[in-house]
Amino acid sequence: MAAAEELTLLEKLLGLRRGNKYSAQGDRQIPVLQTNNGPSLTGLATIAAHLVKQANKEHLLGSTAEEKAVVQQWLEYRVTRIDGHSSKEDIRTMLKDLNSYLEDKVYLTGNNFTLADILLYYGLHRFIVSIS
Amino acid sequence: MQLFVSDGAPGNLPVLAAAGRAGARGKLLISTVGPEERVVPFLTRPKLPVLKLDSDRYLFSTSAICRYFFLLSGWEQDDLTNQWLEWETTELQPALSVALYNLVVQGKKGEDVLSPVRRALIHIDHSLSRRSCPFLVGDSESLADIVLWGALYPLLQDPTYLPDELAALQTWFRTLSVQEPCQQAVESVLKKQGILAFRSYLQKQPQPSVPLERPVSNEPEEDELPAHTLSEEEIVIAVTIWEQGLEALPTLRPRQNPVLPVAGERNVLITSALPYVNNVPHLGNIIGCVLSADVFARYSRLRQWNTLYLCGTDEYGTATETKAMEEGLTPQQICDKYHTIHASIYRWFNISFDFFGRTTTPLQTKITQDIFQRLLSRGFLLKDTVEQLRCERCARFLADRFVEGICPFCGYEEARGDQCDKCGKLINAIELKKPQCKICRESPVVKSSQHLFLDLPKLEKRLEEWLGRTLASSDWTPNARFITRSWLRDGLKPRCITRDLKWGTPVPLEGFQDKVFYVWFDATIGYLSITANYTDQWERWWKNPDQVELYQFMAKDNVPFHSVVFPCSALGAEDNYTLVSHLIATEYLNYEDGKFSKSRGVGVFGDMAQNTGIPSDIWRFYLLYVRPEGQDSSFSWTDLMLKNNSELLNNLGNFINRAGMFVCKFFGGCVPKMTLTPDDQRLLAHITLELHQYHQLLEKVRIRDALRCILTISRHGNQYIQVNEPWKRIKGNEADRLRAGTVTGVAVNMAALLSIMLQPYMPTVSTTIQTQLQLPPAACAVLPTNFPCFLPAGHQIGIVSPLFQKLENDQIESLKKRFGGGQLEDSLELKAKVSKAEAPTEIANPEQIKLLTDAVTKQGNIVRELKAQKADKAQVTAEVAKLLELKQQLALAEGKPLEASKGKKKK
Repeated sequence: MAAAEELTLLEKLLGLRRGNKYSAQGDRQIPVLQTNNGPSLTGLATIAAHLVKQANKEHLLGSTAEEKAVVQQWLEYRVTRIDGHSSKEDIRTMLKDLNSYLEDKVYLTGNNFTLADILLYYGLHRFIVSIS
Repeated sequence: MQLFVSDGAPGNLPVLAAAGRAGARGKLLISTVGPEERVVPFLTRPKLPVLKLDSDRYLFSTSAICRYFFLLSGWEQDDLTNQWLEWETTELQPALSVALYNLVVQGKKGEDVLSPVRRALIHIDHSLSRRSCPFLVGDSESLADIVLWGALYPLLQDPTYLPDELAALQTWFRTLSVQEPCQQAVESVLKKQGILAFRSYLQKQPQPSVPLERPVSNEPEEDELPAHTLSEEEIVIAVTIWEQGLEALPTLRPRQNPVLPVAGERNVLITSALPYVNNVPHLGNIIGCVLSADVFARYSRLRQWNTLYLCGTDEYGTATETKAMEEGLTPQQICDKYHTIHASIYRWFNISFDFFGRTTTPLQTKITQDIFQRLLSRGFLLKDTVEQLRCERCARFLADRFVEGICPFCGYEEARGDQCDKCGKLINAIELKKPQCKICRESPVVKSSQHLFLDLPKLEKRLEEWLGRTLASSDWTPNARFITRSWLRDGLKPRCITRDLKWGTPVPLEGFQDKVFYVWFDATIGYLSITANYTDQWERWWKNPDQVELYQFMAKDNVPFHSVVFPCSALGAEDNYTLVSHLIATEYLNYEDGKFSKSRGVGVFGDMAQNTGIPSDIWRFYLLYVRPEGQDSSFSWTDLMLKNNSELLNNLGNFINRAGMFVCKFFGGCVPKMTLTPDDQRLLAHITLELHQYHQLLEKVRIRDALRCILTISRHGNQYIQVNEPWKRIKGNEADRLRAGTVTGVAVNMAALLSIMLQPYMPTVSTTIQTQLQLPPAACAVLPTNFPCFLPAGHQIGIVSPLFQKLENDQIESLKKRFGGGQLEDSLELKAKVSKAEAPTEIANPEQIKLLTDAVTKQGNIVRELKAQKADKAQVTAEVAKLLELKQQLALAEGKPLEASKGKKKK
């Protein structure tokens, strides 16, 4: 799924009225958000966090300092590990690690649903589809 | 909370600095663990540093740990910080880990370290210099600064890797490095060992892979600048100049012959690196020097600067002698033959040399010997003895490639004089056991031979003074600066300037009659002698540093000879020589992510480009579009097709063609009356801005970036037509028809402007447009700095026709195969057809293998040729069968079992 498409889905999920424009930059097709006020934003995780704030759903970014850091850590995991050009073995390790991490958790931060869950879901979708 | 660190992990730096800055240091319990310790239970691979929180959660990302410390101190997250941190992990870290690995683990230096990260460093520098304060986010240092500083510190602590051009980055880095939390982090992580502190940790890490897309990216280097808001004043100026029309043009200076410097004018002398005569240049050679210099020369003439552009073939040296022997010709015949090939290739590419000469001329001898005598009499030459192999039967000293013998290391029987093909070790030719002259098979003897050396250490101080003056105010490319600086940093050593050869410029000194000058000494003097062959008043260019600006174009491997060696000769000769003012070096162009290779038949070479059916202007456009400016780039057939079809056909060609067609179709070929609305006036101002940008970039020789300005203007043009719909308005009421006229008139004038801006890049297309529009000759030869109305109401234009042709997929696929897919295809065919063969009984001798290898190569070429010519299928099949047979023999001879096909057979 192209990043712009994913961000449009996220907008829908957040209840934002559509209207943001995206372009893609470079070979990796990194999304760029064109904003009306201020300079444009670059990067999937950055834009996603921006949309969450735009929708006044800041709780999706975590409530405590600890939760906020954990959410950002997993967003980083998404754009580096999951979106990286991985070998089959890397993918297997990644899925195994995530599985073992989630063994005693409902969501990535524990019990609260956050943006990290949304973006990891989108990011992992293609792998899960190819497995099942 | 507990922080796990491992000694020498680079991540320790930002984490400790952030803890210090956010006041979290006191709350930390720090434990040191081994580099391979798995602290985080759910992660398979070790990751350090790690922060274990009191809730038993783990933070294993360096920037998440830093972020957490800042969040604890009450800091609030913001978009810009998020963006920097995301960029740090996705872009900076992959590049940085390659650079650090090269530096720390592999002990590499210079470009090997800097080039992976250069683009990232430039990105930070540009972002900083656009801000009014010296930090990345906000008015003081914050999370983003700490994380990036910590990541960069291991590399940038060595000032070599913090080039002066990146002034904003330099200031930022130094400001942060003196902050107390940063200093403390440095002390506890580096432990006064400098970069070595990271070594044992990094040695245990897997070697980082170079991100594939990075070195070959053809995308623009910098993100686009935010849209410029036009001031009223800019609009007024744009409109005033528009209304002046052709009167606004500067007067044309007549072209002299020969071109000579004129006092009071800007005198621009342009050279491109002299191509070595014995090879046919490939696309990388062409973009690296002659084509780049040609764009600048054409631009310089369009600016009415007094311009002389010279080049020629570099003809002396061993390589020519070897080639001559191979082809059974004399060196002179080889030079004559290849000089003609070079000249005709450059003619096809429309390179506008004022003169294309050669280095094997009497004037070359005269000027080289003169410089030599001056150096000699001023004490800048040294004599020394060198031991060399000499073949008595051939009566000559043998260059490394003319000797063969037994490798002193591994005993391989056919080791060359410089390197053993089997064990790969470097060999000094006199160490070979049982050496043989490759020509006559006689055993050569060791003889000592006297040589002359240029005393570079003695000239170093003058060189540095000159460089200090020159570099400060010039447009040397960053790689040229860097290479030059690293040569000086390593200290200059005396360099041998003579050779025991016949094919070269003779050394005019007692005891050296049998020797010639080493090519690198006299090749750069070729520029002078080529000028002298062009005009007897050559000294007005070359001994006139006050009036002449010298631009030299080359690929980066040629930099030291132009920035260090030749300037030293010229400074030592003390004859008021003109030295390079602007040294423009490109990086390398790859072919479809690999290298061009003549021997393997991979890549497009100058002479073949002509047979592809693709016009030379399209080649020029694409090569300039991907010009390796600042980083390596790559030639790709698919990309060539895409750029042709999108940028040339759909954007530029479409706009220019529509503008002209509307004039013909709706206004009988006569430019209509234009009444500018405020919107039109804003458009003129926008185009003027883009034109200014184009000039600024080309003045700095940023050829590839300036090409984008042309495409931007035509995009504006397409949009303008699309929004205003002249084809509908022409059918409307009088006001509508008037509007259609204005839009058409403005558009066709934009086309005229584009035709001139395009001239340096695509000269033939430029002329075609100018003929179609009947642009007055005075306007064709000069590019103004602003945008006047070139074609006033009533101007009659000519016949308009499409400028570009679509490139089709089939066509490109077949070209792709012809120029590089061949070998792969053949070997796959072989693998698919031949089932597992029996184990070979005996391995053949090397000579047999060589014979077979040659036969396979030859047959492979035959097959490729036939395929390229789309020859009769039966014939191709027959030849392929022969090839397969040969390959099988070769594989058996080499003792390789034939593998069955693993992958899918490529269609």
